[in-house]
Amino acid sequence: METFVNRLKKALIKSSIELDPSIINLIKRAKQRENGNTKQSQASLVVLSSILENLELSKTTKIPMCQDTGMFDVFVDIGRENKSNLATIEAAILKACSLASEEGNFRKSVVEEPVFDRNNTKTNLPPIITYNLVDGNDITVNVLLKGFGSENCSSLRMLNPTASKQGVIDAVLEIVKLAGGKPCPPICVGIGIGGTMERAAYLSKRALIRDLEDNNSDSRYRELEKEILDKINQTRIGSGGLGGITTALLVQIEQEPTHIAGLPLAVSINCWADRKATIIYKGHLYD
Amino acid sequence: MINLYLPLTYDKINSLEIFQEVRLNGELFVARDQAHKRIFDLLDSNSELPFDIKNQTIYYMGPSPAPKNYLIGSCGPTTSARMDYFSPRLLDIGLKAMIGKGPRSKQVIDSIIKNKGIYFTAFGGCGALYNSKIIEVSTIAFEELGPEALLKIKVKDFPCIVAIDSKGNSVY
Repeated sequence: METFVNRLKKALIKSSIELDPSIINLIKRAKQRENGNTKQSQASLVVLSSILENLELSKTTKIPMCQDTGMFDVFVDIGRENKSNLATIEAAILKACSLASEEGNFRKSVVEEPVFDRNNTKTNLPPIITYNLVDGNDITVNVLLKGFGSENCSSLRMLNPTASKQGVIDAVLEIVKLAGGKPCPPICVGIGIGGTMERAAYLSKRALIRDLEDNNSDSRYRELEKEILDKINQTRIGSGGLGGITTALLVQIEQEPTHIAGLPLAVSINCWADRKATIIYKGHLYD
Repeated sequence: MINLYLPLTYDKINSLEIFQEVRLNGELFVARDQAHKRIFDLLDSNSELPFDIKNQTIYYMGPSPAPKNYLIGSCGPTTSARMDYFSPRLLDIGLKAMIGKGPRSKQVIDSIIKNKGIYFTAFGGCGALYNSKIIEVSTIAFEELGPEALLKIKVKDFPCIVAIDSKGNSVY
């Protein structure tokens, strides 16, 4: 259990100060595309340069790239052949989140209840944990440090079953336009389509977690991802909301079966600080 | 690039235009959601505010904890729209400038015009960068709010962009 806790803790702390190189490359590409021909584009260039400077600084000083170190949003995929005790996995995750918060100087951003006193738990716990069974023998843990500037812009629509592709595109664009400059663009967009209401929301987070190199298995959805990304970048919300060329860095979709009467669609928005921690554990966790 | 020295007065900001890059220098106050709510509670009960708001600047921010040998942790701007409800009343009693990220409501823009104020956008998510621009930190009030306490900070070459100028022009 100690190895598991230690590896997850380290991955969490690292994710708060370093982005995955694939995301950094997308930010660099966005900077190259910004031509500086307009005031909007010049201001967006300043934002993108500042983001890259910030990433250099957070890596060297170990100060989190963003003060909102988020809420731990944990997705656990357990191989059906893995013999671990689920309660032990849970305990290990809680311990890793707690240690990462302390040692990584994460902001304590979680309150006990949402409406009345909103007292801070002072631990950054509890995390949100979702368990999922998969084929194989490993335990894969993916954690989003989910900042709420962007999460507040996430949304869900229950579309008509006949809405088709255009209905999906329109709904996503409506959500992104409503978010405007609030979620720290350039943004990452995870889209969940199908299932039930809560399953679509879950899928939208799985879409954010998905590795950039793992393409959607259905070519029609891959095309749809590209088309939505292009359309979002035509909105000219721009980096920092200042009107430049790049509004979104990536769009990823996860789709699943749904009911004949519906087309649930959820959009999870992440800021450019697309912080993810992943560990693949090949052992079994017992008490 | 324009260097500005705090506190700001109308003569320092009236010629500023949207999209201009500025560097702020001097003292300003840090407050976000719950601190604004507390300030409103004080105003509603005719109590004295913990600071003189006249010509002051408020930065919407809630820092992460200061690591060893640092004054403060990560400290980039938070979403300004959540403070839209509070800002017009604060501008009416003397607040001059606000720093945050993202668009503001029509009510805030109208109040900026009326009170000859200004709104700067800082660069969202750049908490490590802003850490390097802060040279003094003290807690003024509401310490029990943790990361949402009311702070006074001193900044040097603090970068931002004019997002809504004193005439109400907006980049959004």
